[in-house]
Amino acid sequence: MSEISVDGSKRRFLVAMSSAVGGVAAVGAVAPFVMSMMPSARALAAGAPVEVDLSKVEPGMLFTAEWRGKPVWVVNRTPEMLAMLGKHDDRLTDPNSDNTAQQPEYCKNPTRSLKPNFMVVVGICTHLGCSPTFRKEVGPADLGADWPGGWFCPCHGSRFDLAARVFNGSPAPSNLVVPPHKYLSETKLLVGEDQKAA
Amino acid sequence: MEKVISWLDARFPLTASFKAHLSEYYAPKNFNFWYFFGSLALLVLVLQIVTGIFLAMNYKPDGELAFASVEYIMRDVPYGWLIRYAHSTGASAFFIVVYMHMFRGLLYGSFRQPRELVWIFGMLIYLMLMAEAFMGYLLPWGQMSFWGAQVIINLFAAVPFVGNDLSTLIRGDFVVGDATLNRFFALHIVALPLVLVGLVAAHLIALHEVGSNNPDGVEIKKNKDPETHIPRDGIPFHPYYTVKDILGVVVFLMVFASVLFFAPEMGGYFLEANNFIPADPLKTPPHIAPVWYFTPYYAILRAVPPMLGSQFPGVVGMGVAVVIFFALPWLDKSPVKSIRYRGPKFKIALAFFVVAFVWLGILGVLPSTTLGTWIARTLSVVYFAFFLMMPFYTNPAKQGGPLGLWAFLAALIAAIGANVNMALASPIPYVTEVLFAVFVLSFIPMAMFIKGDTAKQEPERVTDK
Repeated sequence: MSEISVDGSKRRFLVAMSSAVGGVAAVGAVAPFVMSMMPSARALAAGAPVEVDLSKVEPGMLFTAEWRGKPVWVVNRTPEMLAMLGKHDDRLTDPNSDNTAQQPEYCKNPTRSLKPNFMVVVGICTHLGCSPTFRKEVGPADLGADWPGGWFCPCHGSRFDLAARVFNGSPAPSNLVVPPHKYLSETKLLVGEDQKAA
Repeated sequence: MEKVISWLDARFPLTASFKAHLSEYYAPKNFNFWYFFGSLALLVLVLQIVTGIFLAMNYKPDGELAFASVEYIMRDVPYGWLIRYAHSTGASAFFIVVYMHMFRGLLYGSFRQPRELVWIFGMLIYLMLMAEAFMGYLLPWGQMSFWGAQVIINLFAAVPFVGNDLSTLIRGDFVVGDATLNRFFALHIVALPLVLVGLVAAHLIALHEVGSNNPDGVEIKKNKDPETHIPRDGIPFHPYYTVKDILGVVVFLMVFASVLFFAPEMGGYFLEANNFIPADPLKTPPHIAPVWYFTPYYAILRAVPPMLGSQFPGVVGMGVAVVIFFALPWLDKSPVKSIRYRGPKFKIALAFFVVAFVWLGILGVLPSTTLGTWIARTLSVVYFAFFLMMPFYTNPAKQGGPLGLWAFLAALIAAIGANVNMALASPIPYVTEVLFAVFVLSFIPMAMFIKGDTAKQEPERVTDK
C-alpha cells in the first residue's frame, strides 16, 4: 500500500476556483428574481395622458383627475387667490421654482402654470407621498391667521400655498410636482403630454 | 407504546431530544412574572400561523378583490370573523408580548455575555416581525393599508442616489397598487414566516446552549453538583416550567379572548377605523398614523427635521432607533447583569427610557403639532442617550465628579424650558431652539464627568424571593 499524498495547494486552488464560479452563478441566478420585482411591461405601458374638461371646474374649485394612478389636481384660482400668491415669498423654500425637477420649464413662473388661473399639479406630497388636503380658506383657526390658502398635508403637516410651493419648516423638501400638460382647446386640458410636443 | 418509542429512538433522537430540551433541560428555579413572555410569544406565533393559513383560504390578493374578500370573510364565511379578528388581535398581542419579553431582557441583563447571540437572534425576530406586521397590514386594502404602505415605502425613496429605484423595486409599480399587494401577500404568508420560524429555532438553540438568565443574573451552569452534573440552582423545564407556562397561557388567553370578543378593534388602536374604507389612491384620510406598535419610531421619524432638502435624516433616525438594540451587549459595562444588583444610575436611565418610549408611542398616534414635535425631539434625545451614554453610566470604574450631575440638571431644565416655551400661547422666538441646543450639548459634559454606577455583589446562588 502506497501512501496517499494530498496536494494541499491544488486542493485550495480547486476550492477557490469552484467557489468563485459558483458565486458568479449564484449572482446570475438572483438577477432574474430581482428583475421580476421591477414594474412589469403592463405597468410601464399604463400611463396614457388624461383629458380634463375645464368647463366643469368653477372658480375656486378643485377637480381631481387620475393620471398614472396618482391624483392630479386642477384648481381654478380666483383673482383674489392669485393676488395672495406674491405676498409670502419670504416664507417659501423655493419661491421662484428654481428646482427644475418639480415643474416643466414652461411652468417656471410666479403662478407655476400655463394659464394663471388654472393650477395643474400632482396631488402627492413630496415628503412621504400622502395626498394633502385643499384648504382654500384664508386664516382658519387651526392653520393660523397667516395662512394664505393652499394645501395642508394631514400626515406630517407639510404646508403648500396655492401655487403648490412649500412653506419653510415643512417636512416636505420641495414644491409639489407640476406634471407635463397642455391645452387642447379653451376648455380641454391634457395631462401627461408636454406643451411643446405635437 | 414502549416498543414504538424504542423503534423510533433507534432511528431518530426522540427521547434524547425530549430530555435535552425539556425533561433534563435545567432552568433557573427563580423565574418570576417576566419569564412568561417567551413561551407566550411562541404561542402567539402558532396562533398567527394557524389563523393566517385559514384566512389565506378565502382571501384574494388582488387590488380589485382584496377589500371585498376580507368583508366576505367577516360576513359570509362561517366563523370567518373569529379567525380574522383572532389574526388582527394576535398581531397586536404579538407586539405586547414581545415588548414585555424585550423589557425583561433590559431588566435582568439577558443580552449580556454569554447571551449576545440569543439577543441578536431575538432582535432579528423583532425586525422580521415588524416587516411581517407592515406587509400584513396592506392586505385588507383599506385606506390605512394603502396610505400607511405609501408613506413607509416612500421612506426608502429618501435614500440618496438609489432611493427612487429602490422604492419602485419594492412597489413593483410607480404607485402602490395591485403589484405591491400581490408581492406583499407572497412575502407575508410564505417568505417571512419561514424566516421567522427559522430564527425562532436559532433563538432557542442558542438559548439552550448557554442556559437561561434569571432575575439574579447568576450563571446556574457554573455551579453544578460534582456527582450528577446538574446545576444546583436549576429545575427541569418539564414539568416545572411547562406547568408554570400553562398558567401563563390560561391567563393570557382569557385576556386575549376578552379583547377578541368584546373589543377586537380596541377603539381603533388594533384596527384603525379608516381601514374599513376601501383604498382610494386619490384621497388621504384626514389623519393617518401607523398601528400602535410602530408609533414610537414613527414619532422619531417625524421629530427629525429635513436636512439639505432631504428626508433621509429622519429615516436614518428611525432606523437607528430600532437597530441600536443590537449593540446593547457591548454598550453595557456593568459588572452585574440584573437590575437587582445595579446602582441607581441604571435604574434612573431605564426609567427615563421607558417614559421616552411610551410617550413617543403616544405622540406617534396623535396628529403632528409644533409642540408635539418639540416634545418628540426631546424624547428622541432621551431615547438615544439611554444607549449612547450607557458605556459611561454603567461602568463603575468610570471616575467622575459633580459636573455630571450639574449637566444632568441643566439638560433637564433646558428640556422642560424648551417644551414649556413651545406650549405658551405665543412662544418666544428662538428660545426653544437655544434651550434644545443646551439640552443636547449638556450630554457631552455628562458623558465626560459622570461617575459610573455602583453595583452590589451578585450572590453565588440564586435567591428565593
